[in-house]
Amino acid sequence: MSSLIIVLFDGFAFGMLLFVLSVGLSVTLGLMNFINLAHGAFGMLGGYVAVTVMRQLGFPFLLALPAAFLAAAIVSVLFERLLFRRLYGAAELNQVLFTIGVVFVASSVATYLFGTVQQVLILPDWLRGSVELFGMRFGVYRIFLIAVALVVTAVLVFGLERTRLGAQIRAAVDNQRAAKGLGLDVEKIFGITFALGSGLAGLGGALAVEIVGLDPSFGFHFLVYVLIVVSVGGLGSITGSFVGAALLGIGDVAGKYFWPEIGSFLIYLLLVAILFVRPLGLFGKR
Amino acid sequence: MAGNKPIVLQTEALTKNFGALQVTRSVSLNLPHGCRHALIGPNGAGKTTLINLITGQLKPDSGRILLGGEDITNAPVAARVRKGLTRTFQINTLFPDLTPLESVTLAVCERENVAGQFWRGLSSQQAAIDEAFDILEKLRLADVATRNTRTLAYGRQRLLEIALALATKPKVLLLDEPAAGVPKDESSMLFDVISSLPEDMSILFIEHDMDIVFRFASRIVVLVAGGVLVEDTPDGVRTDERVREVYLGQAHNG
Amino acid sequence: MTNSTLTQATARDWLRRQSRWSLPEIIFWPLLLLPFVLFPTYLPLANQIAIAALFALSVDLILGYAGIITLGHAMFFGLGAYCAALLGKNGWGEPLTGLLIAGAFAGFIGFVASFIIVRVQHLALLMITLGLGFLTLELANSLGWLTGGADGLRVPRTWPIFNYFRFDLWGYTAYGYSLAVLFVCFLLSRRLVNSSFGLALRGVRENSTRMPAIGSAYKSHQQIIYTISAAMAGLAGALLAQTTSTVALEVLSFNRSADVVVMLILGGTGRLYGAIIGAIIFLVARDQLAGINPQYWYFWIGLLLMVVVLFMPKGILGFISRLAGKRD
Repeated sequence: MSSLIIVLFDGFAFGMLLFVLSVGLSVTLGLMNFINLAHGAFGMLGGYVAVTVMRQLGFPFLLALPAAFLAAAIVSVLFERLLFRRLYGAAELNQVLFTIGVVFVASSVATYLFGTVQQVLILPDWLRGSVELFGMRFGVYRIFLIAVALVVTAVLVFGLERTRLGAQIRAAVDNQRAAKGLGLDVEKIFGITFALGSGLAGLGGALAVEIVGLDPSFGFHFLVYVLIVVSVGGLGSITGSFVGAALLGIGDVAGKYFWPEIGSFLIYLLLVAILFVRPLGLFGKR
Repeated sequence: MAGNKPIVLQTEALTKNFGALQVTRSVSLNLPHGCRHALIGPNGAGKTTLINLITGQLKPDSGRILLGGEDITNAPVAARVRKGLTRTFQINTLFPDLTPLESVTLAVCERENVAGQFWRGLSSQQAAIDEAFDILEKLRLADVATRNTRTLAYGRQRLLEIALALATKPKVLLLDEPAAGVPKDESSMLFDVISSLPEDMSILFIEHDMDIVFRFASRIVVLVAGGVLVEDTPDGVRTDERVREVYLGQAHNG
Repeated sequence: MTNSTLTQATARDWLRRQSRWSLPEIIFWPLLLLPFVLFPTYLPLANQIAIAALFALSVDLILGYAGIITLGHAMFFGLGAYCAALLGKNGWGEPLTGLLIAGAFAGFIGFVASFIIVRVQHLALLMITLGLGFLTLELANSLGWLTGGADGLRVPRTWPIFNYFRFDLWGYTAYGYSLAVLFVCFLLSRRLVNSSFGLALRGVRENSTRMPAIGSAYKSHQQIIYTISAAMAGLAGALLAQTTSTVALEVLSFNRSADVVVMLILGGTGRLYGAIIGAIIFLVARDQLAGINPQYWYFWIGLLLMVVVLFMPKGILGFISRLAGKRD
């Protein structure tokens, strides 16, 4: 019983990590229909930035997180303005291939700069170890992860529901043509959304180092998880991403814990089954 | 109600809602054999939606569609086409990288159920190719038959829209603004072609240009806010007070 | 206004010309025999290229002609490979029957999968193909008693072809065999894309909303081509198992699925030869660059992908034919 709760807890924490990594892609995909497989690469960038600023510049962990967010956001804007926007009208296969190309290049650049070794990130003392509750031990860092994800969710929901930019983003996701007709600068809105979404991926990358490690294959490895979250949750839906990420996280951890032989098999089986029944995802509208 | 000709296509109280918006309100239409009906109405009256419902691109919330007495309300699009109910599109819906010859040949092959024959060379489907070429010739497209569709002038592409529909040998043909976007002189040429179609084909067309409507239609259906306001002969519609009020009375409707 | 010079007869003739063998085509195939005399030490590489070309050809049929995107086609390649390997391991080393059984098996699984594939589009299609690919990989991984798991399978040497051509260490028979299978499959594919069925597939690719409006229940077309493509991918996998006598989980990997799409895009989709040219360039380049710096191979592939997508969206062959000013 207590192992079940621990597995659920760890799975949920992992799911929250996936949520932070993928929610940006869900929104940008819903907004521009641009299949950006390089999203995971921005996560990797955030991870390396966090490791570097802590090691080289002596940043504390809590300052390294916003640094990772900012770096990923800024670099993503450059990519979006210079390259990705040329592909908005293109066939989706071209988008897929181009952004896979970006992942390949990013992975090689990371290998060149950092080698293929796993990077480690030294956590501050207060995030290490575990706390005991009802006779069970919960990892402090995982509690922290969940807290961060909930804060991110709250900010996103509040931002989308209550701010001007949020209203504009929602309008543009719902009906781009109508939004344009109302005089909204959809391209600018998309640029900002893209930066925020990639920044969140960067933040997720920084948070992920402690849980899953960091090496040049990160962008690729996590891409699959991120895509599952996005497609199962449904494009453009924050609720969908949240539920999808939680399900995947719990499913992944539980599957590997209880059925180590076929855990990953079950994940993919579930993915195919869900998309077969609901091609637009659990919360997808279009 | 439409004389002594048998009814080919019939809709019974067709209704469709998009959320709270009722876009089609209990539309009952009868298209008799060989008719030339026009469907008119202000923008947003639900004309294209009605065609989408009849041809199966959309599913009605209630009501029935009968083709030759057979209930086709739940039949998929392709099955309706095979039973003789075909449409054209207001916005060109063609095969950009195929030539007109290839496009129309494809439609003929689909109709003849030979499109799945992957073991036979296309050039051995002689009957289909010849028929396709005949259709193109009739629609004055023979000289561009072997050019890529995307390179054709817009007016030619509109003709190809019709050619593709004709290749299915329709009993009922629904033309969604066949002359949309075509300059006025060319559009009457287009309707000359349409009026030369076989007399036993039943045609319903959407058109905004009233001169053309009054010239080519034998009956006119006026759709307003998703419902049929009036269905009458051109003269009847011309003198109808309600139509004058809601439709003809407005500033010219593009 | 139609003072046309075209008549029914010339129209028919035009269509026939579209499928006629051109001079470059006729020159191309004998060139593939050159490795036998010019680079006999590279015959194993040539064999890999012929197999990859066949695999890429199978993907071209669905991606280039029917517009079905896939990121998981290694699934069928791997199924064919394991099927042939298991036949060999269990005492049936006859190559041609083994090949056909493996192809039929992959085709059958492809037929079953096609019911899922035709239901979805866009991102969901991408994810379903990806998911099916990973699913098969994980399945093979966990069925260690059958597939050898991560260790893979070693297969006894395949019997001589027609009981005459022995598989030699230098790869003469292997390359000849793979090239022959590639050529036969190419001929079949060429016939297929030049049939009314091929025309219908191009119709689906060009505009899938119009297809039902001309009375086409096009999903059954897609199912047929997906099945054929899966069978062909299975043949390619079986060739690999038979000619190299080993099968590892790598045959089912995502990298293999991605590489084959890269080859195809590189060469050019929807023209059959793009698959072969792409496979040649990709594998020769990898062979050469691997000697210099294997770590950065994917850097060049990534850069190449970006350049191809931005500047040569129809691949190298499309680029060439545009330079030559031909219809494509």
